[in-house]
Amino acid sequence: MADQSHIRNFSIIAHIDHGKSTLADRILELTHTVDPRSMRAQLLDSMDLERERGITIKAQAVRVFYTAQDGETYQFHLIDTPGHVDFTYEVSRSLAACEGALLVVDASQGVEAQTVANTYLAIDAGLELIPTMNKVDLPGAEPERVGEEIAELIGEDPDHVRRISAKTGEGVLDVLEQIVQRVPAPTGDPEAPPRALIFDSEYDQYRGVIAYIRVVDGTFKKGDTIVGMETGTVAEIDDIGFFTPAQLPAKQLGPGEVGYLITGIKDVTQLAVGDTLTTKISGADEPLPGYRDVKPMVFCGLFPMNNDDYPELRDALEKLTLNDAALSWEPETSDALGFGFRCGFLGLLHMDIVRERLEREYDLELMATMPSVEFEITLTDGDVIPVHNPTDMPDPARIAEVREPYIRASILTPKEYIGQIMELCQDRRGNHSGMHYLSADRVQLTYDLPLAEVVLDFFDQLKTRTKGYASLDYEPIGLRPSNLVKLDVLLGGDAVDALSMVVHRDKAYGVGKELTERLRKRIPRQQYDVPIQAAVGAKIIARETVKAFRKDVTAKCYGGDISRKRKLLERQKEGKKRMKQVGRIEVPQEAFLAVLELADDK
Amino acid sequence: MARLPAGDPAPADGALPAEALGSAGPFGFYVHVPFCATRCGYCDFNTYVPGERGAEHASGYVGAVLAEIDLAARVLGPRAVDTVFFGGGTPTLLSADDLIRVLRRIDERFGLRPGAEVTTEANPESVDPRKLEALRAAGFTRVSLGMQSAVPRILEILDRTHTPGRPEQAVQEARAAGFEQVSLDLIYGTPGETADEWRASLDAALSAEPDHLSTYSLVVEPGTRMAAQVRRGELQVPGEDVIVDRFETAERVLAEAGLSWYETCSWARDEAAWCRHNLGYWNGGDWWGAGPGAHSHVGGVRWWNVLHPRAWTEKLAAGISPAAARETPGADESRLERVMLGLRLRSGVALSHLTRDGRQAAQRHVAEGLLEPADHAAGRAVLTLRGRLLADPVTLDLAA
Repeated sequence: MADQSHIRNFSIIAHIDHGKSTLADRILELTHTVDPRSMRAQLLDSMDLERERGITIKAQAVRVFYTAQDGETYQFHLIDTPGHVDFTYEVSRSLAACEGALLVVDASQGVEAQTVANTYLAIDAGLELIPTMNKVDLPGAEPERVGEEIAELIGEDPDHVRRISAKTGEGVLDVLEQIVQRVPAPTGDPEAPPRALIFDSEYDQYRGVIAYIRVVDGTFKKGDTIVGMETGTVAEIDDIGFFTPAQLPAKQLGPGEVGYLITGIKDVTQLAVGDTLTTKISGADEPLPGYRDVKPMVFCGLFPMNNDDYPELRDALEKLTLNDAALSWEPETSDALGFGFRCGFLGLLHMDIVRERLEREYDLELMATMPSVEFEITLTDGDVIPVHNPTDMPDPARIAEVREPYIRASILTPKEYIGQIMELCQDRRGNHSGMHYLSADRVQLTYDLPLAEVVLDFFDQLKTRTKGYASLDYEPIGLRPSNLVKLDVLLGGDAVDALSMVVHRDKAYGVGKELTERLRKRIPRQQYDVPIQAAVGAKIIARETVKAFRKDVTAKCYGGDISRKRKLLERQKEGKKRMKQVGRIEVPQEAFLAVLELADDK
Repeated sequence: MARLPAGDPAPADGALPAEALGSAGPFGFYVHVPFCATRCGYCDFNTYVPGERGAEHASGYVGAVLAEIDLAARVLGPRAVDTVFFGGGTPTLLSADDLIRVLRRIDERFGLRPGAEVTTEANPESVDPRKLEALRAAGFTRVSLGMQSAVPRILEILDRTHTPGRPEQAVQEARAAGFEQVSLDLIYGTPGETADEWRASLDAALSAEPDHLSTYSLVVEPGTRMAAQVRRGELQVPGEDVIVDRFETAERVLAEAGLSWYETCSWARDEAAWCRHNLGYWNGGDWWGAGPGAHSHVGGVRWWNVLHPRAWTEKLAAGISPAAARETPGADESRLERVMLGLRLRSGVALSHLTRDGRQAAQRHVAEGLLEPADHAAGRAVLTLRGRLLADPVTLDLAA
């Protein structure tokens, strides 16, 4: 067991692409933890999707030994944090496992919203921050300007911002020295009843749930019976140890140490992120602070393109849930789309990731309905019900009040885009609540927005309108009453459940018009006219028509044309199979996406 | 440009499975002549013009066709021929002697049935009275002339080299030579063609009193010169309403002139003027297609030759089958073919050949005015005028 004075626990706070993973790789290399030749690029991002998107979804934790200039060898635990707004809670737990954090900012990009948000989380958690500026060797670097921004953010002298290049290794040893000198050593009580924080967990198909833990007080060893103080889980420790980054079993983990713990439990929700572990015998009375239930914020229906794949989709969701406590789902039946599942996600990225994993790892073709949020509705009889599926909206006559979740968005942008961003936020029913200059050129705008407006391509719009320069972070701020109505889409006079959505009354007309136009472009012409209508209640607010086609025949067909022409028809037949039948109208599945991409063609 | 479908490998000796042989229905012989004097801007057929790669092999062409006829005789064994069709390209670019040599070889190897239909396609400018007389004397019974349009402006857009009036004159020459069956081809929907111009072409064709008329809607195929002109905005493809209007005009004008349709693109004075060779394609009959890129169908096996004249010639010279690939459509595929081809015909498809789903769809299409109610009551699915314009979706529904 290590002497706590020689332990340093820290994480890296950085925006996507600002070089967090490269810096982590360099640290592993400089501390001889990993042989550079055997190192896969960006070792810490292990999932394919993470590697592709350049983001971290699951936290990682690795132990390294660093021999400092004072001649002493220190045990570092580098805890990687998830890098996206959807995973704020996970970030906060990872930070709670540390005493310090490296703040890494790209020397040409400057501070981004997510960096600000995570920096505040770190400051709130009382972490010692070591500000660094990465990629100083690149031609576009503006160390003076970015240094000012960092200094403004954390209230420190710009001269104290370390200049590094994670790529070349320049300045990285200096940063390691800073960690030794400035990050406080853990101060847990080795004699106190054991307590450890679960800051992440993952499911391994052979070993069950692997909990990532930070021991605060006491020690945990193999064979101990542990208790989850919030979940009540009781289990015996089968294996305990460090990440090097491979799992390396140890006799025990003592105060200040970070590693893994395996019990044979198969369900990630039983070793939930944020829970405090103690021992069954002479355990602690008080859990560590900060536990929270994960609650899905964004919902959508997932339907197999091929209805026969429904059992496969269920199996895949069951397997994904083992590893993803934040994913929730329940069966859903749609007239238009058949059998599927209503799924709840932490946010849009989480939704995308789950969808992509289902399609890639489980080889499923899926159709997703439009994302929605959970509304709270007070009925005229006083009952309060949650609704996260537009088709579940009660009849307007029974509704006394609808409340919807709001978020506070923090947007960092070069000042020339302020106008466009304000326009976007107004358009999305936002209330301006603050503006703050980070430097002469960069501004932080704060808006309160309905989450429902943010889940509909707000982020893409923000990026488009600011040429990619603005960044966004947000936090939920509770429910607010809103004048919301259910907008139905009718094809050939029949309402299509999968196309229903809940919108603000003032926007219903515009959205209805947009939606019907979009569907008109996506629904192929048929043998008869197809009327497309948008309606609120019984009132039609927009209408388009797909005109019947009059001609669909091959000009000529002689001996040499038969095979090719038949194959052409076979392909069309395959295409028809993928159409959904709404009454007598054939709707291609892409048409349902029209709703999802409401702003794409603008 | 001309393309071949994907298929299974074909054996080098061209042998067919035993179960494909021995069918007794009508048997046709198609001869593909892949040469033209010039290439028309809209054409995507497997054809070569002087100066183009492939055309230099024209000299070896006739010998190779004769070799393929020999191969066909080896593969099929004895089988009398009901119809022969020379298509292209421009078959009449070959001399009358060459065409006759090929026909003789078919007769020698297989035997032409008495009353066999022997057609050649021809460009109006590639025939003259002497050539027509020679062909007729050697046993050709039918000539199909590519008229396309009577309007100089439209002929120019189509790159056709003949002068207006020449096709009508060629019809008279064919009659004088003793041909009883003379057919004209017309194209409608050429970029820029007006309703009056189409009407004028129909009238000009009718004035020549052909026995048979084929009307084709122009399709701008990818890779053609015309497709490039359209892409550059030099030509404007007519909209759907224009094509429907032209189709309906043809229907009206030809019916008034006493012709009636027996296939989506084919009109005839009477049943005797129906092209029996083409009916073989549409009725699922057997035929051997000789020549580069030619398709064949015998006993449920479809195959097609390599496209390029040189590759085709070399294979035959080496004594191997020029087939590029073959396929044997299964039950579903065969049903789709039967419906697809049958619906092109005035005789339609027997409802008894459809599945239950197909018959239900037929019922629906009668109600929607796409199938003839009287024929349906008599057990056949026959497209109405509107239905003929929507044949593809109806085919898919009925083949379900």
